[in-house]
Order: sequence, then C-alpha cells, then structure tokens
Amino acid sequence: MGLLFAAGAQAQDVRIGVLNDRSGIYADLSGEGSVVAARMAVEDFDAEAKGINVTITSADHQNKPDVAATLARQWFDQDNVDLIVDVPTSSAALAVAEITREKNKVFINSGAGTTELTGAQCSPNTVHWTYDTWALANGTGGAMVETGADTWFFLTADYAFGHALESDTRALVEGAGGQVLGQVRHPFPGQDFSSFLLQAQSSGAQVIGLANAGGDTVNAIKQAAEFGITQAGQSLAGLLIFITDVHALGLEAAQGLVLTESFYWDLNDGTREWSDRFAERMSGQKPTMVHAGVYSGVLHYLKAIEATGDDSDGAAVVAAMKEMPTSDPLFGEGEIRADGRKLHDMYLFRVKAPGDSEGPWDYYELVSTIPAASAFKPMEGGGCALVE
Amino acid sequence: MFELLGIPPQALFGQLLLGLINGSFYAILSLGLAVIFGLLNIINFAHGAQYMMGAFLAWMLLHYLGIGYWWALILVPVIVGAFGVVIERLMLSRLYKLDHLYGLLLTFGIALIIQGLFRNAYGISGMPYSIPSQLAGGQNLGFMFLPNYRAWVVVFSLVVCLGTWFMIEKTRLGAYLRAATENPTLVGAFGINVPRMITLTYGFGVALAALAGVLAAPVYSVNPNMGADLIIVVFAVVVIGGMGSILGAIITGFGLGLVEGLTRVFYPEASSVVIFVIMAIVLLVKPAGLFGRA
Repeated sequence: MGLLFAAGAQAQDVRIGVLNDRSGIYADLSGEGSVVAARMAVEDFDAEAKGINVTITSADHQNKPDVAATLARQWFDQDNVDLIVDVPTSSAALAVAEITREKNKVFINSGAGTTELTGAQCSPNTVHWTYDTWALANGTGGAMVETGADTWFFLTADYAFGHALESDTRALVEGAGGQVLGQVRHPFPGQDFSSFLLQAQSSGAQVIGLANAGGDTVNAIKQAAEFGITQAGQSLAGLLIFITDVHALGLEAAQGLVLTESFYWDLNDGTREWSDRFAERMSGQKPTMVHAGVYSGVLHYLKAIEATGDDSDGAAVVAAMKEMPTSDPLFGEGEIRADGRKLHDMYLFRVKAPGDSEGPWDYYELVSTIPAASAFKPMEGGGCALVE
Repeated sequence: MFELLGIPPQALFGQLLLGLINGSFYAILSLGLAVIFGLLNIINFAHGAQYMMGAFLAWMLLHYLGIGYWWALILVPVIVGAFGVVIERLMLSRLYKLDHLYGLLLTFGIALIIQGLFRNAYGISGMPYSIPSQLAGGQNLGFMFLPNYRAWVVVFSLVVCLGTWFMIEKTRLGAYLRAATENPTLVGAFGINVPRMITLTYGFGVALAALAGVLAAPVYSVNPNMGADLIIVVFAVVVIGGMGSILGAIITGFGLGLVEGLTRVFYPEASSVVIFVIMAIVLLVKPAGLFGRA
C-alpha cells in the first residue's frame, strides 16, 4: 500500500453538489439541466483517468434561502461535499456563499443575478460565473442606446428586485446619453399588462424596458404582441429573460425582443457541438446560459484541483482558479477577477421573426458583442473587501 | 379636449375597455364558482387548477393532435367537465353532509396535486399558444388599438354568462336545480334524480373554468401556476357579489374589472389590492355580499 501511495497516483475524492430549483419558476433554466451539465464537465475532463473520483449529488432548494442554507450545511458537514454549484435566486445564493466561507469550501454560482456576490458580500470562496444583473442592464441598456434607441419607458415589477433592475438600467441608459420618459410599477405577480403597455405606448418611447422576471415578462411580451406594440415600431427590451422563456413564448409573440446573455448554443462550432450533446440527454432541450456556466465552472474547478492536488482548503482552490486563465469551448478564453467575478464576453441578441427561424431553438440573432473588459461592473468601488 | 384628473379621455376610455375585458375573465370564472357554491355548497378551491387544465388541454390538442382553437372551445370544457364529474362522484359526493371546510380542504388538495403533476410533466416556463388566425389583428378605435381577440372574449363571455343565468333562473331545469338545493328530499320524492343533477352541476361549473382557460390561452402565459395566481382574486369577486349569487357573480366580475382598470391609470401600484379593499368594505357593510341573501 505504502508503495502505491509513494508512486504519486493517489486517487482523490471530490464531491460536487448541484443545488438549485427543481420544481419552481427557475426549474427550466437551471434544474436537472445543471446536473447534466456538471456530469458532462466531469466526463469531458476525463477526471477518472486523472485520478480524481467525482461524485455528483443534487437537491431542490425551492428558491428559499433557509432551505438552501440547511442543505448546504448538511452537505458540507455530513456528506463531505467540496463544491456547490448553480444556486439561482439571489437570497439563496448569498446564504450559501456565507456558509461556504464559514466551512472553507468552494461555491461557484451560475444561476443567481445579484452583484452582491462579488460586491459587499464577496468571499474568498465564491466565484460568480455566468452573469449578473449589472451585466444584463449594461448589455441591454447601454448597448441599445448605442444603436440609436435612446428613449426608454420602464415596466417595473413593484418589489425590491424590479426597482433595482430599473434603477441600474436607468443609470446606464442615461450614462450612455439616453433619456427615460417614464415608468409604471405593476403589482407582482401580474396577470394582465395591457393597461401598463398602453401607458408605455402613449409615452412614445423607442424602447420599453421590462424590469420584471419569469411569468410577468412572458405575459407582458405576449400582450405587447397582441396589442400591436412591437409591430408599431417600439422595441421591447427584456432585462432578465432566458432562452427557455423565449421558447415558452414562441417566436410569434417574442420576435424583435432584445436581450443580453453570456451564452447561446448557436454561437460557434464549440457551443453547437456541446449543446447537441446536452440536448441528447435533455430530450431535445438546448442549454441555457446557466447550464453552460455550470459546465464551464465545474471544468475549471477540476483543472484547479488537478493542478493543486488538494481539495481540502476551499480558499486555496479558488485562489488557484483565479491564477489560471479560464478556457473552454462555451465561453472562450477568460479569467476570474480578484473579487470572484468571472469575466467573459456578453452578447446582445434580438429574437428572430418566425420566418427567419430554421427550427426549434433557432431563436437569436447576434446584435453586438460586449467585450469582457467592459461587460461587467468595474471592481473599483464595488465594495468588495478582498480588493480594498 | 378636456382632461379628467390629468388623464386624457382617450386614455381613460382605453383603460375602461381593458378593464371590461379583464372583467369578462373574472365573470366567467366567478360564475362557475358561484354555480357550484350556490347549488352544491362546496367551495371549489380546485377552480384555478381546472382553469389551468383548460388552457393546457387546448395546448395539448393543438400540439399533439393538431386540433385548433375553435374545436378546443367545444372539446376542452367537455373533457375537463367530465373530469369534474369523476371527482364529484368519487370524492366530493361523500362530503355533502360535513362542514364546508372539508370540501374546501379536499378541493385545495386536488388543486395542489393537479398543479404538481403538470409542473412535473411540462416544467414551469409555460407553453406557446397563438391567437387563431381569424381573430388576429385588431381595430383602431381612435382612442386605442383593440385587438380583435379581446373583443371576441368580451362578447363571448357575455353570451356564456347570460346564457348560464337564463338557464338557472328562467328555465324548468334551473327551477329543479334550485329546488333540489333547497330541499333535496322533497324534490327526490317527485321522481327527480337529485344526485345526478348535482353531479352534472359540478361538471358544468368545472367546464366553465376550463372554457375560461381556453379563452385565456392565447393572451396569458399557459403555465401550471396560471390558475393559482388568479383564483384568489376570483374568490374575492364571488364574496363581493354574494356567495352563490349567479347574477351577482356576473355583475361584480365585470364591475371589478372596470374598477381595477381605473386603478391602473390613477395608482398602478394599488391595482392588485383594490379588489380586496372593496371586499373588506363590502363585508363590513353588507356581510352577505352585494347581491347575496343574508
């Protein structure tokens, strides 16, 4: 036995926990797809051949921070989980980040949007991988103004999240020289948006920014199409919308919608090849950017484990992840900033008209690419104690 | 042109019309609830789930069998209504002698199970369903753009609501039904099959919910939670109108749609609360509801 270990081929056990929404409003954009993505990362990395035994577990946090916190504790304390990935819903993500830091493990977030994860509540154990609300507001707000659409009207969900999304986007629109003509705050959740849309229409703004999420956004877009708002020349801008939402809407209703994402399956050969393999295991569903982020994050984590040969010190693993440049077929070349923010290009997409689409999931055309350097909130003044 | 409280009249007319359209969904849903409560004394908490089933079934007919909107309008209420009949025969019929609470708990449980099953099978994001081509487009009324489909919804629901009211209040069948609720033993003694009538009434109420679901499919997001979001408002409508009052449910449904529409113009943040404020006031002043008998 001693001889075997001395040979240096000591097998390492790594446990990865995929914690996300399995039954609620984020189940389609994260859910089982994230587990599949994590599994694909382990297989593509060929972990076993490199002497790393990976086990993947998963659980439903029901978008509740208390459930997420209990599960995370149990995983770290009893099940020896080394890495938690995904975790949509900002409040749940912040709870898991805190526990991960306390237990000195690793947390790679793909599903949540809050910039707090790399701001005031940043941690040496957290990497925020896929997107955040600032990047979405920047992509949709800033980039659209540059294309000439410079008058805005906001349709805002009347709670903290909607207000934050509106004010972030408003700052970026005005910063880029645009003008905000007005806003209407709708109750959450809403069912009928026609009267709010009519108010947006009569404002004459070129862009109607949808500062809401999930079913509210879907309903608003569906009804905007019905009332002929997009056909009359106003554009809709989704500030938090995923390809699964577009799929739910159908192109007839969603056409012309502008949105920002960090990943689309049909970007290049690399994304297409991976997405085809993903779809095979997900009965045809193409991956969301959250799924892609889980894959890419787990892959990079395994590279860091291979390089350091040790997974016991979470902060050290994250430090190694920050030292190594990131590289994978889905997000290309990138890096992880000192505050834990993963940097890569973001893309502004427009949803295709039904006639331009060649089949299911052929939904986006690329409007512009926002280079990694300007895609995310600057680290200076972000409030992260790790860098100040 | 004159302005009313800073709102141009064109905008006001537009919002009133939109309120009427929403009111027609409230009316048709609360009508089903009122029929079931009035004649069975069951508080049907599964109404929202049955509305959702209606919308989903319309989608399924189109997606799997290529059957379009117009056929769905007929087939879906029949199928979901039959489902209601089965529920009534197997479960609800055992509860009539017990307190209201048991019926409420049972139907609430059924609603949760149905929603869970649909969520498991179809996910949460929802399904696309287009407006039928005959009703696409709209009319420019000068003060607003009225989609043809919305106009159809208002007219169609008015016809359904008034038809139902007429059947229950003015026909022989309706008279039997009302008599059977008052005194089932006596009506049974005249040779009328009371249990069967009750069963069919529940099926009819459920079919109304499913019909509203089909009407909603092209304009609202078709997802497993769509009914859960709406049902609470609809219950408030029924309470305001007076539990079990058919005409009350119809008039309050349309009326509250209008009130909600106005609130959206003057103070949008309150538009989801206004119905409940009215409900609280009505309960204080007239506990049996506007059209209810104390």
